[in-house]
Formats: sequence, structure tokens, C-alpha cells
Amino acid sequence: MSKGEVLLKMRDVRIDGFSDERWHKIIKGVDLTLHRGEVLGLIGESGAGKSTLGKAAMGYTQPGCRLVSGSIEFEGQDLAQMSDKEKLGLWGTRIAYVAQSAAASFNPAHRLIEQTTRAADRAGIRALSESRSDAIGLYESLQLPDSKHIGERYPHQVSGGQLQRVMTAMAMSPRPDLIIFDEPTTALDVTTQVEVLAAMRDIVERFDTAAIYITHDLAVVAQMADSIKVLRYGEEVEEAETRQMLSAPEKPYTRSLWSVRALEKEENSHDDYILSVDSIDASYGPTQVLDQVSMQVPRGCTVAVVGESGSGKSTTARVITGLLPSDAGSVQFNGELLPRRLQDRSREQLQKIQMIYQMADTAMNPRQSVGEIIGRPLEFYLGLSGAALEQRIIALLEMIELDASFFDRLPEELSGGQKQRICIARALAAEPELIICDEVTSALDQIVQEGILKLLLKLQNELGMSFLFITHDIATVRAISDEIVVMFQGKVVEQGPKSQVFSPPHPEYTQLLLSSVPEMDPDWLTGVLQSREQSQEHGG
Amino acid sequence: MSEENYSATAEIGALRLRRSRWQRLWISLSKAPPTAWFGFIVVAAYIVVAVAAPYIAPHGESEVFAESYALPSSEHLLGTDQIGRDIYSRLIYGARNTIGLALVTTILAFLIGGCLGLVAAISRNWLDQVLSRAVDVLMAIPALIFALMLLSVFGSSAWSLIGILAVLDSTRVFRLTRSVAVNVVVMDYVEAAKLRGEGLGWIMRREILPNIMAPLIAEFGLRFCFVFLSIAALSFLGVGIQPPTADWGSMVRENASLIQFAQYDFKIAMTPMIPAAAIALLTVAVNFIVDWFLHQTSGLRDE
Repeated sequence: MSKGEVLLKMRDVRIDGFSDERWHKIIKGVDLTLHRGEVLGLIGESGAGKSTLGKAAMGYTQPGCRLVSGSIEFEGQDLAQMSDKEKLGLWGTRIAYVAQSAAASFNPAHRLIEQTTRAADRAGIRALSESRSDAIGLYESLQLPDSKHIGERYPHQVSGGQLQRVMTAMAMSPRPDLIIFDEPTTALDVTTQVEVLAAMRDIVERFDTAAIYITHDLAVVAQMADSIKVLRYGEEVEEAETRQMLSAPEKPYTRSLWSVRALEKEENSHDDYILSVDSIDASYGPTQVLDQVSMQVPRGCTVAVVGESGSGKSTTARVITGLLPSDAGSVQFNGELLPRRLQDRSREQLQKIQMIYQMADTAMNPRQSVGEIIGRPLEFYLGLSGAALEQRIIALLEMIELDASFFDRLPEELSGGQKQRICIARALAAEPELIICDEVTSALDQIVQEGILKLLLKLQNELGMSFLFITHDIATVRAISDEIVVMFQGKVVEQGPKSQVFSPPHPEYTQLLLSSVPEMDPDWLTGVLQSREQSQEHGG
Repeated sequence: MSEENYSATAEIGALRLRRSRWQRLWISLSKAPPTAWFGFIVVAAYIVVAVAAPYIAPHGESEVFAESYALPSSEHLLGTDQIGRDIYSRLIYGARNTIGLALVTTILAFLIGGCLGLVAAISRNWLDQVLSRAVDVLMAIPALIFALMLLSVFGSSAWSLIGILAVLDSTRVFRLTRSVAVNVVVMDYVEAAKLRGEGLGWIMRREILPNIMAPLIAEFGLRFCFVFLSIAALSFLGVGIQPPTADWGSMVRENASLIQFAQYDFKIAMTPMIPAAAIALLTVAVNFIVDWFLHQTSGLRDE
């Protein structure tokens, strides 16, 4: 790749943040150089400081943060020394920012096209008469449907993926020299993500814009970036060209970042079902969300339920637990028919099926200590108390690889992964036979995810329990499942052992889902787009 | 690879330090604005006066002296009232009666309104409908007029005063509790408790109540002020606390005629204003504290 002149040069940037009555370091001296037309990927776990650094590239620090030292030279001018007014002249025209949540960043009261052209119009980049046609041109190159009229809609009238592309058009409208993408596809489904990524990559290339692409997903950044910088604890781990970074990362930390994708489980499957769900219908009010859903969980095995949001995965879990009584069909557990309603189930039936939630934050009462949270099922189901209770809690803490020092901590004093571990311990405390895991790793960083998945596998080996694992992440499925159920729009599309579902021929939706999962190959996106084009030509 | 540098215990948690409750309380108190400190000092002073009334007051609550409408002197700091009782002493005893009554009423209102509000928020079915509509009916009638009516039905004893005001005020508590509790009821940890098979009592007390304490405490302060003002108003109207028990509302009424003498002697004419000022000062002080508390718990930060 030929590099242009240097556009952005950050030297020894240090940023402090203020929280809980003290200053602490967020960015501890990072250098960054970006040339014209270059795309740099910034990756790291949450708390690594990648967003803070990305914003600092605009000379901006969030409220509660301060730039301690360092220089941020944009075309030779030091943003760190500039007044806010001077910086405002650059923002939105020369430097643009694309936020993670497009839905939260648009003003719901204005039409999309007004918001798209606002910054460029205000700066007088082009004649007002031309700005509309320019926006439509951008919509077109971002492959938005009905590009001539989509701008007349309001933000709530388009889908999340489309909104994210409109936001890219907005950033692109003044033809900035630098765009900062802050996790722009994290909130999207995999199948939508592909289109958005392709559109973004295409337009950045076309206008030869420099970009900083912030994400925690290495496979995504591999498609976008020319080079990748890995951050951890506010420090740079390493930086290299994308291909080199993928094939031969130098630091062990970088290698561990994608090890979850290498995790794979031996398949194990038989006919002794602990749970069998038989042609269930369910609805929220008048809308039917499940249509004749059937699935079986073999004893001691893991069944993964995959599908995008709105496909009915979580609703199935709610029906199994009895939170949402089904309209028709039956749920059998250990060969015994479960009452439809939660209230009608016996304590023993409740005890045998436990649930772990996606957001560990909201799954734990913030006012209860770890000991209380884990101890309650022990008290409630097993009638433990006093020293026996305490011993058992500590044993459970050790089982989830934590120790007794966590006993009297509150949830807010724990990291995301630790919280999820506590939730696992709470489920284990009840001594269940089946655990329903609802997207338990999707809110976590790669390394932490791997730790949690390994823990679940270990527990399954030791205690022989069964898992119903709801997820949208194919890498996770590969790592832990024995059988797979694919759901789409409230129906089961395909069910079978992992090896069978993962090997062709696939039903149409499974094919789309599998091909949308980003791979650690910089040519993957190009390949997917090509093969889709070909199949469309054949089909059309 | 990753086992080398990954361990669950070593993960860095949130930025929050481990501090005890007292440390956190001290930090927030030391950053409290002067208005909040003013509130604390005033409320503390009122509490001391109310508790230690018999030791502070120079004379008895209903002790009658020979001279009525006596001028302020070393014997009677604020003079005497229309039948010769020491106003200063009655002011001190009044603190005990008015605040005590208001406190009991508010606590009762919170017990009734809070429990029913939680039940309504958790059940979200016909019970919720019945309770909510019943509360709407009660709230549709102007509170003071309703209270006057009920007091004339049941007679104005201290207990009926407490009961009637508590029921009327519990409607506001019900509404608040229900509306903050429904936000907590949908949290996953409440669902987890339901899945565990926990009963209503546990879910109310252990899962929801601790998480809605902040708005309830703030409301308690405000509710206390309103009850306090209602009692004073009812006493002023003659149906509240009955003589000879000292109470600020009735003290204003008893000496109200003095205000006509303002053109002759301003100081004397201000006598009925003293209990009124005592009412106002406490209300303002409690409001300052509530303001600060709400600001703290809502997580707003001055930027």
C-alpha cells in the first residue's frame, strides 16, 4: 500500500479520567501516526482506552476526562493547544465521527437528509442546491435502498443497519480528511453487519479518506484496516500491518485475543433427552412469536440455539422456564410434563432448570453481596444455613475460579467476567440438571469469553449437566455445542448434530448466517460479496 | 496461550474502590452544599428541642399564669397568650406534638402506600387495577376538604387525625412506589427470584425495596412536610390537635387577632408569626436536605 503524507500524528498522549473521587490514568502515553487514505484499526477489550484514544484523535475529551500531556497534530496543527472554538471549525467538516449507536445519535424529530447535510451546509462546503443531490449520491454509493427518497424518512422509519449507513453518509458529506468509526457495527446482527462493513469500506476507499476504526472484534477490523494497533490497559501492545498482524502476531496477548475462535469441542450426541420441547406456539399479546417450535436436549450435552435478534430464541427459553405460558404444545423434562405456568411448577421442578442471563449487571441485585446472591438458592432449595452454608458458598466460588475474598463484595465491585461467573455460581448452587444460558458471553470481551466458555465446559465434564445455549455468535457455537438448532422468524429452520449443521448442504437461512460470520482473513469480506453476487446472478 | 496471563480473580473490576458505607457517607457529606448543611443543623436542632422539651421549657405546657397577653419579659420570653400561657414554653412543646404527630402519620402513610404500591407493581393484574383506580378516586377529592369532612365524621381525636391523614397521603406514596417499582420489577434479578420460586414477601422486601429506597426516602422528607403543613392547617381551622395540647397551627390561630395591632406595636403583633416561622423554617430545612439527597442519588454531576 502506498502511503500518503502524514495526516495525524499523536505523540505520548496521556489522558486521565475522574471517577469515584479520584483521578486515574486511562491512556498512558500512546503514539499514533496516520497517513492520508490509511485505515487504522484500534482494537482492545473494554476499558483498554480505545474509545478515549479515538476521541482524543479529534482533540476531544469526554466530560470527566482531561488531556494530561502529549501532542495531537492534525496537518501540523496541534489540537491539544487549540481553543474549543477552533476545534469546532474542524469537527464535522475535516474530522468526522461515527458513533456506535446510530439510533441514539440521530435527532428523531428531523428527516435523515436534513441531518446528513447539516454540517456541510453550515460550513458552506457546497451550494445548498447541490447538497441534496450530493447526499443522494452518497446514499447510492452506500447501497441504501430507494436512495432517492430514503432521506425523506425519519430515523425510526429505517432499520438499524440502514441508519448506521446514513450516519456514515452524514460523516462523509463534508468530505472530511479523517473519519473515526467507534464500534459502528457492534450493535448490529451478523447478517446486517456484512452489508454495513462493505458499504463503509467501499466509500472510505472511494474518497481516499483516512479512518480510525475502533472495535473489539479482530475479524471485523481485519476487513477494514490497513494496519492494526492493539491496546491494553491504556498502553499500546503492538502495531503492524493487517496481514502480518493476523498471520504472525508478536505478543502473547494479541494471540490470546482470537484464541476463542480456535476453541472447539468434541461432538457428543445421543437419544436420551433431558428436555424435549414439542411443537410450541407462543405469543406476546396478539403477535405470535413462536410457530411450532420443537427441540430436544440430550442429557449431558449442549444444544446451541442460533439466530438473529427477533428470531424467537429467548422467547423459547421463556416458555421452557414457564415465564411465558405457551399457547399450544408441550415441554417435557426428564420424561415428565412441565406445567405451562411458572406458578404451577413445584419447587423441585424449578430447582432442576436454572437460567443464566446475558447482562450479568441486571441479573444480580446491586444491593446484595456475592455471598447473599450465591447463598440464597442454597438456603431456599437445600435448606443450608450457618457454617455449612458459608462453606458451600466458598466451595462454589472456588468452582468458578474465584476465591473467598469475593464473599462480601457487591456486584459493582466486580468486572464483567467476574459478574457472569457469580451468575453461573448462583445457577450451580441450585444443583440443576439443565442450565439455560441466554447469550451469556455476548456482552464480554474475547479473552473473558474464552474463560467463561472453558469454565462451562469444565463444569459440564465434572457435573454432567446439560446446557441449552442461546447465542448469535457462531464461534461460540463451534466452541461449546454438541447439537445446533437454527431459528429464523419464530420457526426452527434446522436442527441436528454440530457436524451436520456446519456441513453443506444448508437451508438458505443457515447458509446466509454461516457465511456472514467474519473470519480472520482480510480477504473474507471480498470473497463473501463476490460469492453472493454470483449466486444472485445464477438465481436471478 | 491465554492461561499464562489470564485469571478470573485478577480481572480488573469497575473503578469503584472498596469503601465502607460510613466512608462513602462521609465523602458525600463533606461535599454537601451549605444549604444541605443548613438543613441538617436546623433539623437536628428541632429534634433536640422536641425530645428534650420538658427540660428546655421554663414553664409547663398548659400552665396558666395570672396575666394574659403579657408583654415579653425575663419571666415570659415571648409573653403569654390569650388565657395567660407562656408562649415560649408552648412553642417548645409544640415542636414535640406537631413533629411527633406528623412523623407517625408519615410513617403510617408509607407503610400503607408502600406495601400496596409494591404489591400492585409486582402483580400487574386485576389487583393492580383495583388498587390504582381506588387511589385515583381518593386523589380526585381535594385532600384538605376531604380531611375536614372525615374529621367531622370521626371526630377530631389525635388518632383519627393520624389515621385520616395517613390514608389520604398514602395515595401519593402508592403512586410513587408503584411507578419506581415497575422499573425494578422488570429487571432480570427479579425474574431470577421468580424463577427460583420466591414468594411475594421476599421479592418485595429483598429484591425490590432496597433498590427503590432512594426515591422513597426523598419522598418521605417531602411527604413529612406536607403532612406537617396539613396538621398545622387543620389545627388552625380548629379540627386538628385539640387544646390544651400545644401545637403551632392552633397557636397561630389563637393569637391571630394580635396581628391587628401591628400599627401600634409591631413586635407584639408578630407573636402569631413566631409559630408560623417555626413551621416554615422546618419545611425549608427538610426541603434543602431532600434536594441534596435527590441530587446525590440521581447521579447528576455538576459539569
